[in-house]
Amino acid sequence: MIRPHDSIIVQTLGRFLIPVVQIFGLYVLFFGQYGPGGGFVGGVILGMGMILSVLIFGHEASRSQITKKILHADGVGMLIYAGVGGLCMIGGGEFLNYANLEIPGLEIASRRSLGIVLTQIGVAVDVAVTAVSIVFSLSAEEIIEDSING
Amino acid sequence: MIFSYEIPLLLLLLVTAAGAIMVKDLMSAVLLLGSYSFFLALVWAWLGAVDVAFVEAVIGAGLATVLFLLTLFRTAPKDTRLRRPPPSLTTLIIFPLLGVLLLYAANDLPEFGDPNSPASVHISPTYLERSYQDTHTPNVVTSVLMDYRSLDTMVETVVIFASGIACALLLRRKA
Repeated sequence: MIRPHDSIIVQTLGRFLIPVVQIFGLYVLFFGQYGPGGGFVGGVILGMGMILSVLIFGHEASRSQITKKILHADGVGMLIYAGVGGLCMIGGGEFLNYANLEIPGLEIASRRSLGIVLTQIGVAVDVAVTAVSIVFSLSAEEIIEDSING
Repeated sequence: MIFSYEIPLLLLLLVTAAGAIMVKDLMSAVLLLGSYSFFLALVWAWLGAVDVAFVEAVIGAGLATVLFLLTLFRTAPKDTRLRRPPPSLTTLIIFPLLGVLLLYAANDLPEFGDPNSPASVHISPTYLERSYQDTHTPNVVTSVLMDYRSLDTMVETVVIFASGIACALLLRRKA
């Protein structure tokens, strides 16, 4: 288990830095279509922000509660990704052929662009949850058991 | 096309890689490995692969370092083999031979950035030309990964998911 860090410098900087890291992660995630980045990197940065909060404030802090709740989302990212593929099949096309997403008023290229955004969100959720989950597995098994069972 | 600042970069890469292997204190080895990843990210960026550089910096210098450190806190932080055994005769013969073989094969590789290399004449031009009008996505890397090759990316996501599940199954066991 990880205890909160003693140094006030680390705590203050962490308080300031974690939101910045999270916003940068979201920026990388959604800017992936226009520049370097994308779902994988964005998800890792989002996960790193949450890991940072656990490393600085400890497992017990109220700031880490969201990180613990995130663990229940294991598999949601996969569900989003495969769900987009399934929606394409419902729309009458092949699996993951975004041109068949049934959204009225959008031309084919915009549908594919939307499909890319949705699947990137799926990848980001999956990667972020997995990163946090591995860090928790390595650091705090008792706490994990309590938070999931109780 | 060699500029002056690339030689120090490659030298730093070699020095940090060798240092990570040689150093006795495993904590220093982990930090050296992190800086190695960072220099490698600079090399990727210099070669024009900005997406790869981004991933290398975030995963190698960020996430992997944290995971290694957490593993070290649960295990022994020192390399207990104080004197490493000298490399065997087979190693000394085979590895230089392998290096010579690789150098010999590298002669036949296409020039860096050669427009007529097999990789850039087959299907890459189609992606480059049609990415924007097909998907409204200026970054071709993203459109290839998430649209043209979407199924591959989905299975990669399954691999990441499976790794998280495997870690949970192995490590979150009550003693």
